Amino acid sequence: MSDVILELEDLHTHFFTDSGEVPAVDGVSFKVHKGEVVGVVGESGCGKSVTSLSIMQLVPSPPGRIVSGQINFKDENLAQASEKRMRQIRGNEISMIFQEPMTSLDPLFTIGNQLIEAIRMHRKMSKKEAKRKAIDMLNLVGIPRSSEVVDEYPHQLSGGMRQRVMIAMAMSCDPEVLIADEPTTALDVTIQAQILDLMRDLNKEHNTGILLITHDLGVVAEMCDRVVVMYAGQVVEEGTVREILKDPKHPYTKGLIRSLPKIHEKEQKLYSIPGTVPKVSMEQVGCRFAPRCEYAFDRCFSEDPELYDAGVERSSRCFLYDDNEEQEAGSHVESDLRS
Amino acid sequence: MSNPILEVNNLKKYFDVKGGVFGRKVGEVKAVDDVTFTVNEGEILGIVGESGCGKSTTGKALLRLIEPTDGEVKFEDQDITQLDDEAMRKLRKDMQIIFQDPYASLNPRHTVEKIVGEPLLVHGMKSAEERKKRVKELLEVVGLRPFHASRYPHQFSGGQRQRIGIARALANNPKLIICDEPVSALDVSVQSQILNLMSDLRDEFNLTYIFIAHDLSVVKHISDRVGVMYLGKLVELADKDELYENPKHPYTQALLSAVPVADPDVIGDRVILEGDVPSPSNPPTGCPFHTRCPAAMDICSEVKPEFKEDSDQHYVACHLYD
Ligand SMILES: Nc1ncnc2c1ncn2[C@@H]1O[C@H](COP(=O)(O)OP(=O)(O)OP(=O)(O)O)[C@@H](O)[C@H]1O
Ligand SMILES: Nc1ncnc2c1ncn2[C@@H]1O[C@H](COP(=O)(O)OP(=O)(O)OP(=O)(O)O)[C@@H](O)[C@H]1O
Ligand code: SF4
Ligand SMILES: [Mg+2]
Ligand SMILES: [Mg+2]
Repeated sequence: MSDVILELEDLHTHFFTDSGEVPAVDGVSFKVHKGEVVGVVGESGCGKSVTSLSIMQLVPSPPGRIVSGQINFKDENLAQASEKRMRQIRGNEISMIFQEPMTSLDPLFTIGNQLIEAIRMHRKMSKKEAKRKAIDMLNLVGIPRSSEVVDEYPHQLSGGMRQRVMIAMAMSCDPEVLIADEPTTALDVTIQAQILDLMRDLNKEHNTGILLITHDLGVVAEMCDRVVVMYAGQVVEEGTVREILKDPKHPYTKGLIRSLPKIHEKEQKLYSIPGTVPKVSMEQVGCRFAPRCEYAFDRCFSEDPELYDAGVERSSRCFLYDDNEEQEAGSHVESDLRS
Repeated sequence: MSNPILEVNNLKKYFDVKGGVFGRKVGEVKAVDDVTFTVNEGEILGIVGESGCGKSTTGKALLRLIEPTDGEVKFEDQDITQLDDEAMRKLRKDMQIIFQDPYASLNPRHTVEKIVGEPLLVHGMKSAEERKKRVKELLEVVGLRPFHASRYPHQFSGGQRQRIGIARALANNPKLIICDEPVSALDVSVQSQILNLMSDLRDEFNLTYIFIAHDLSVVKHISDRVGVMYLGKLVELADKDELYENPKHPYTQALLSAVPVADPDVIGDRVILEGDVPSPSNPPTGCPFHTRCPAAMDICSEVKPEFKEDSDQHYVACHLYD
C-alpha cells in the first residue's frame, strides 16, 4: 500500500465543562494513505467532527483541548504544531469542508471576497484574475448565475449553494489531505453526484487523501476505500468498504446498517437501535454500546473491550471477537453473530 | 374524506437582484414561480428537487416568514396572506417550521431550555415549572437527555442541534409542521428514530407535514404524496408509490436514477444531466428543464408545458404527455 499521509494515534480530545470532563474523542487511531478515501461513520454526537477539528487544531478552546495523542502529517506531529505553522497548513496542505457552512462563511462579506481571499492565500494572482477564478470555481460546483452570486452575501444563497461555496473553497488549493465533514448533506442527489465526481478527480489527479465523514451509507459505498466506524468517542470497527457494508462485525455497525431506509422496499416501521447514546464521562467502565446491545453479556458491563482482530486489516471493539472469550463464554452468541 | 388543511394557489416569491455602484435593482430571482398544491389534514407531503430550486423559500413563504410576492395560501379555509401581524402571530402556534440550518436558527446565547421553552411562553404557558417539565418531555421525545436543557447550542454536535429544532417545533402541538431537511444531519439509526417518531405523532394527533428533503428514500418512506420541484416550479406530483414506480417527468427520472445505493456491488445506471444549469434570474423560455432534458423536443424551448393531471392524481408538467 502507498504511503501514509495522515495518522492519528490514540487521540484524546476532551471538553472541560461545568458538569465535568467530557471525553468527546477517547483514544482514536486510524490512518489515511495517499490517494485513499477513508470514510468515517457513526452515531450523531460520537465525535466525528471533534476528531476532524482536532486535526486542524480548531477545537474551541476553552472548553476543548487535545489532552494526548499524536496527529502525524508527513513528518510532523500536528498536535504539537504552533499556531503559525497550523495557519500555513490550513486551507493549503490540509483543507476542510465544515459540517455547517454558516460557521465558516462570514455573513458580512460577499461570496466573492471570501473566495478571492482563499485563492490569493496560496497563489500569486491579481484580484481580477482571482475573481475570474472564483467564478470558474462556482461554475465547477454547479452554481448557476455564478457571475451574480460572487457579489451576493451568504444569506442570499440556499443551503446547498452555501455548502458548494465551501467545497469550492476547500478544493481550490489542491490539498494533500481533504477533510470533508458531511459535505453533501444539503445537496440533492444529482448535484451530489457531481460533487462526488469532483472529489474523486481531486483524489485521482493529485493523489489527495480524503477523510470523508458522512452518515449517508450510499455515499460511503460509492466513494470510500476503507471505513472507520465510531461510537461514543471511540473507533469500534474498521475494514474495507465492502466488508463494513456487507459483513459488519460490531453490533453497533450491524444495527446501523439495518436502520437504512431502502428505496425499493415498503416497510412500515424502520428499524432503529433501541435506546440512546449514554452520557460519556470519565468514570465509565465497560463497553460503551453495552446498554443498547442485544448480544451484551456480563463482561461487557465490567471491562473495556479493545479493538480485536476480526480478519485481515479488520478490527472490532467487541468481546465477541476476543479470542480468549471464545473458550470462556458466549460462544453460542458468537456463532450467531458471525452467521 | 380528504379534508384540505392547506391550499396554495399560484404562490410566487421573487427576490430583487441588486447591482452596480448604486445597488439598484437589476433583476429578479424567481425563487418560487407559480406553485399550486393542496395538503390534506393528516397527510405528509414530501417535496424534493434540485438544490436552489426554491424549496426552503416555499416553506418560509407559506408561514409568511418571508412575504410572498403573489398568490394565495389558505390554511383551514382562511387566506393567511391577508392577515395582520397579530392574527398571524396567533396562527403560528398551529403552523410550525423546522429550519434547514439548525446552527443559524438557534440563538447561540440561549440555553436549550430557553430555546425550546420560548414558544410555550409566547403561547401562554406562564408557569416556569410547567415549562420546565414540558421541555424535558420534548427533549426525551427527540432522543436528547434532560441534562442537555442547560447547555448552549454550540455545545452540541450537528445532529443534536437538528433535534433541538425539532423539539422546539413540536412544543405547542401544532397542526401543520413544515420540515425543511429535518433529518439531513443525522446518522441512519437516529434518523429512523426521528422518522418513526414523526409518523407516530402524525397518527396520534393527526398532524400534517410538508417534508422537504433531498434523501429520496427518506421522503419515500415518510410521505403519502411527493412533489418534485425544478427551478421554482412544481414539475410533478403524485402518490409516492406511483411517483417512484412510474416517474413521468424526465427530471424526476434523472433524480431517481442518481440515488446512491449502500452496496458497493451495485453499479448505478445513472442519467447524468448535461447542459447548463439555468438561472432563476433568467429562466429559460418554454419548459424550464429543456436546457438539460435528454428527451427535449422543438416545442420544449418555445412553449411552457402546463402542470396538469396526466393519469389519476398524477400531475406532470411536460410536453411528452400532451
Ligand atoms: N463546545 C463544546 N462543549 C461541550 N461539549 C461539546 C462541545 N462541542 C461538542 N461537544 C460534544 O462532543 C461530542 C462530539 O461532538 P461531534 O460534533 O464531534 O459529534 P459528531 O460525531 O460530529 O456528530 P454529528 O453526526 O451529529 O455531527 C458531542 O456529544 C457534543 O455534545
Ligand atoms: N434572501 C434571499 N435573497 C435573495 N435571493 C434568495 C434569498 N433566499 C433565497 N434566494 C434565492 O432563491 C433561490 C431558491 O433558494 P431556496 O433556499 O428556496 O432553495 P432550496 O430549494 O431550499 O435549495 P437547497 O436544497 O439548496 O436548500 C436560490 O437561487 C437563492 O439564491
Ligand atoms: S417538456 Fe420537454 S424539455 Fe421539458 S421535461 Fe418534458 S421533454 Fe423535457
Ligand atoms: Mg458532526
Ligand atoms: Mg433549502
